[in-house]
Amino acid sequence: MDNKKLFRLATAVFWLFVLALVAMDTASTGGVRVEPPPIALGSGQAASGGHCSGR
Amino acid sequence: MRWFTRLFLVVGGLAGVLAVMLAAGVRQGLLALLGIGFGAVLQGARFGFTTGWRDFIERRDPQGLWAQMLLMVLAAAVSLPLIAGSGGELVGAVAPLTISLVLGAFLFGAAMQLADGCGSGTLYKAGAGAPLSFAVLPTFALGSFVGASHQPGWIALGGLPAVDLLAFGWPVALAITVLACGLVAWLAGRAAQRTPASPQAAAMQSVRTATASFVAAPVAAAPRAAAGWSRRWWLGALLLAALYGLHLIVAGQPWGIVYGIGVWGAKIATALGWSAVGDPFWGVDPHAVRLAEPLLADVTSVTNLGLIYGALAASRWNGPADFKVPSSRRLIAACIAGLVMGYSSRMAFGCNVGAYLGGIASASLHGWVWFALAFAGSMLGVRIRQRIGG
Repeated sequence: MDNKKLFRLATAVFWLFVLALVAMDTASTGGVRVEPPPIALGSGQAASGGHCSGR
Repeated sequence: MRWFTRLFLVVGGLAGVLAVMLAAGVRQGLLALLGIGFGAVLQGARFGFTTGWRDFIERRDPQGLWAQMLLMVLAAAVSLPLIAGSGGELVGAVAPLTISLVLGAFLFGAAMQLADGCGSGTLYKAGAGAPLSFAVLPTFALGSFVGASHQPGWIALGGLPAVDLLAFGWPVALAITVLACGLVAWLAGRAAQRTPASPQAAAMQSVRTATASFVAAPVAAAPRAAAGWSRRWWLGALLLAALYGLHLIVAGQPWGIVYGIGVWGAKIATALGWSAVGDPFWGVDPHAVRLAEPLLADVTSVTNLGLIYGALAASRWNGPADFKVPSSRRLIAACIAGLVMGYSSRMAFGCNVGAYLGGIASASLHGWVWFALAFAGSMLGVRIRQRIGG
């Protein structure tokens, strides 16, 4: 198998793996989740997402 | 045929964004779109934090450092007035000056040279198909997961409280940030002037400029660009700063990388039977909520996924990409470095994006401490890399 074919195969396998994991995770962690406003600025809500800085 | 590939990549990206919107809401879809933008710019401009530092350490080529300082100034100019006037809707990346920050940043700086990519670099290179970054990603996730779990213990070692320059008002905070960035850029330029022009440095810039997909210059023109300030660097900084500002407005927090990678590790560990109950980090809010919710609801995860796709699209925009398979010795070293990088990034409150860019653009002193220690670590990492080869 030449480099280009190997490259395409590796990329396809990687994305299939990622999509499968995300789909399985989305399916298994259902439940009620309050959707945040589309844009944080002007929403009147404090930021609540986790961040590397430790929040 | 090229138009078909481009159409396929654009449609694929938009379909992904739509899917995220349907699954996790409009905000998450917008963040996925911004992530695609980050990945496309990082790969399209070959904007590497790691390579920028290495170019300077090895050959006194200041172009990458200049671009990073330009990015910091622009990101700070956009974000500081917004954070100051938002009334808490937008927050910056502010962290204390702990012993763990010092140790973690130094280790991260060394490891990122061996892994051939920092937080963002590993993701965009993996998206573009670099085998080394593919190999680094799983160990990076493991390290970030374990490092986060140990983070409270590291913080307990002590240190100084956070220093947020925004307390002096955003004009003062911005002025200090601009002056400090200008000083770094000036020192880098001065060091370059004192060093004889390196044909090797020009060759390295030529190769990267010729493969920077959206600012590609003909190879014949590249040496000219390498002698001054290659367009890919400053254009990349401008675009990344714009995306950084948009991300802050949409998410309410600065762009981050490693938190999401740690969530991936924790999610996989949970699927394998590990329980977050009682864990000093993952067992408490808001992190416990992140694990209970779908991955697509996490801000950094969804941006990271978009970033990887954006890098894939940019790398294929002008046709099929090529790659070199690294030696097994290089692969093993990179995997170990990925583990160290993931762990140390959590000791240091983030990587080059969450702590270095996010910290400095938020006028938090920990960003500058991170930069100094990670740069010192990179000097060691470059030496080790030269011994290993590649």
